[in-house]
Amino acid sequence: MSTKVYKTGERLDSSNAATEQPKILAILDGGDNVVIDLSGCNYVSSAGLRVLLYSYKVAAPKGLKVSLAGVSSEIRDVMEMTGFDKFFEFYATAEEACKE
Amino acid sequence: MQRVDLFPTHEYGGYKLRAGRPYPFGATVVGNAVNFSIYSRYATDCTLVLFHNHDKTPFLEIPFFKEFRLGNVFSMMVFDLDYENIEYGYRMDGPFAPRQGHRFDKTKILMDPYAKLIAGRDVWGKEPDWINNYQYRSRVVFDDFDWENDLPLETPVNDLVIYEMHVRNFTCGDKAGVKHPGTFAGIAEKIPYLKELGVNCIELMPIHEFDEFENSRPAPDGHTLYNAWGYSNVGFFAPKAAYASTGKYSMQVDELKNLIKKLHAEGIEVILDVVFNHTAEGNENGPYISYRGIDNKTYYMLTQDGYYFNFSGCGNTLNCNNPNVRDMIVDSLRYWVTDYHVDGFRFDLAAILGRDQNGYPMANPPLLESLAHDPILGKTKLIAEAWDAGGLYQVGSFPSWGRWAEWNGKFRDAVRRFVKGDEHVLDDVKERITGSADLYASANRGIKASVNFVTAHDGFTMMDLVSYDGKHNEANGEGNRDGDDNNNSWNCGWEGESTDIGTNFLRHKQIKNFISILMTSQGIPMVLSGDEIGNTQFGNNNAYCQDNEISWLDWKNLEKNADIFNYFQKIIKFRRQHKALRYEYHLGHSDWRNLGMPDFSWHGVKAWQPWNTYNNLTQAFMLNGRYADSDGKPDDFIYVAMNMHWEMHGFELPQLPDGLKWHVFANTAMAAPQDIVEPGYEILIDNQWEVLVEARSIMILVGK
Repeated sequence: MSTKVYKTGERLDSSNAATEQPKILAILDGGDNVVIDLSGCNYVSSAGLRVLLYSYKVAAPKGLKVSLAGVSSEIRDVMEMTGFDKFFEFYATAEEACKE
Repeated sequence: MQRVDLFPTHEYGGYKLRAGRPYPFGATVVGNAVNFSIYSRYATDCTLVLFHNHDKTPFLEIPFFKEFRLGNVFSMMVFDLDYENIEYGYRMDGPFAPRQGHRFDKTKILMDPYAKLIAGRDVWGKEPDWINNYQYRSRVVFDDFDWENDLPLETPVNDLVIYEMHVRNFTCGDKAGVKHPGTFAGIAEKIPYLKELGVNCIELMPIHEFDEFENSRPAPDGHTLYNAWGYSNVGFFAPKAAYASTGKYSMQVDELKNLIKKLHAEGIEVILDVVFNHTAEGNENGPYISYRGIDNKTYYMLTQDGYYFNFSGCGNTLNCNNPNVRDMIVDSLRYWVTDYHVDGFRFDLAAILGRDQNGYPMANPPLLESLAHDPILGKTKLIAEAWDAGGLYQVGSFPSWGRWAEWNGKFRDAVRRFVKGDEHVLDDVKERITGSADLYASANRGIKASVNFVTAHDGFTMMDLVSYDGKHNEANGEGNRDGDDNNNSWNCGWEGESTDIGTNFLRHKQIKNFISILMTSQGIPMVLSGDEIGNTQFGNNNAYCQDNEISWLDWKNLEKNADIFNYFQKIIKFRRQHKALRYEYHLGHSDWRNLGMPDFSWHGVKAWQPWNTYNNLTQAFMLNGRYADSDGKPDDFIYVAMNMHWEMHGFELPQLPDGLKWHVFANTAMAAPQDIVEPGYEILIDNQWEVLVEARSIMILVGK
């Protein structure tokens, strides 16, 4: 089992949720952990949060991990307030996440 | 397997459509379509109006084709909508004939009555764009929150200690110490505080979407007065966006659910204060938000010539016992229980829910009966404010089917009068302390029907109850005419804040007397948020419009009035440790199990002689813990001596069975920290025959 990094674009919302989700799931289908690199992302909507959580829900029963890297403080804050944070480990950078 | 009924059959404006499913009402995501469904008995036509988020003008209006209407329901599926980024509304066509009760106006864009997410007032106090012709905008909700294994807690109702709070007032004030003041997230940050206080249920003042700008106006000193309490619903299915720090991202649903999940994880239930008696549309001069334009005659109680009945005191009255409105109310409550895991409801001006469509009180109101027997609400707490603004007062007689509890306003009045030294209230206060058998012993209601309180959001805070003889509502801009004049308050010798040590000591003592009676009475105690830190509203007893320091809890008081907090905390813990204080059904006042002493007994200054009082102001009671055994282990004896007289008196103690001794748990006459001890660490007293109870003081003893 290895860890692969998936880097999102500037936004994760309904405009791209349907296209981003399968790419993350494909990594999990390959039996690898995923680090979702949000360092270039400045907005995650409700739909975007669900992309992250859905990935976790698929990964967990397979014994795989979904970690988040480079999450801005504002997005982290939103995740904490809405309870989406509790499913993930957060790392400053994707490299750091991969080391773990 | 793919469903075969999710193929488009029609097209309009570039969007694919098909006939929708009439049920459920509202907007529901089905596959890659959104199912829009709305009913109107009297509308002739309906149009779905779609906006991109925040836009003033719609990007598309789709008429409901004839084949999209079934009975009185318009329903349609619209495919491939980017529903995260759209807002929707309806135009309804039909007669404008006010005398017949119809007010259709197809120039108005109307919010979905079943909207589960409402935009337009996303950030508290942000002046709306009044020119926008669609103010409260329905949105499609993401309703797939991950609750994990959470469910409503189903705490036995008699074990609750309710804490009534307002979302903003709780954490907007100085030194609240939260990152997100005035929001659901702010409450979540304060959960450790609630745990420390020891309450196991919060009752949130209205959190359904409302408009803080409804009737907003400048106060005499220039600050803005708001509809801050929110007893005026815009929608019955959506949480107040501006109560969420994430409301600006339309994530209020998730933020509130996360709060409830976190509270549940700490054993704290959530009761919502719900306002089904009227809407924010006001009377015939009010705005079109939704109901008026969708089906005025269905949603509102109307006079014979089409004017609005006003049993709510707020301009209109929801037609609660119209079968369709009744269904909407049931749908709303079920939704809050199933989707938000809410534990209970407190119904504002609930007597209105028992009026028929002409306004007359019914013996067996079908709405109340439905709620009492509803399967989804089967374990949900139902609490009525059993009166209305039309003069119907049903405390003790609210139709209950053994399910409904009530705010016991008579407890409040009697205990206030007793503690201030009223000599004419002893018989009444004895009924209240023992669970108001005169009100609730019949119809299988029991003690659990009585929600006891001394203070609530209406009226003085507890600190103001002992600091003001009269209300001081000048800041409300109505010349101090608003608010109740019947407060049964006493200022302890000086009107308003005082620097006099004696006055302040007496005030603190009176507060401790109140909470002592509340926590040792049979029934469900409810505490007003802030009373535990001696919060003042500076004499304002009707602060519904004050979104400022008048209403916000000043957390500096936690330090200033540390003795009050400590007393509250310990006596709440005491109540939760002693089953004898939390009976479900009324006591026999006799030794019906032959345990040597009655389950409950009254005493005067002489043991077993309750008639032996000074000015009807000295009275004691004893609970025999052997009647409150759990798992074969009896509770302690509890003896509460109340001396509301202005002189000290000796109270002769009833003698305990062999081997047990009286210990002091609390004495409100003592300065902190000698006023109360940690439950379980009560102090053995030398004189087992008599205690001296200071003037206007209460002693609580434990026999163990």
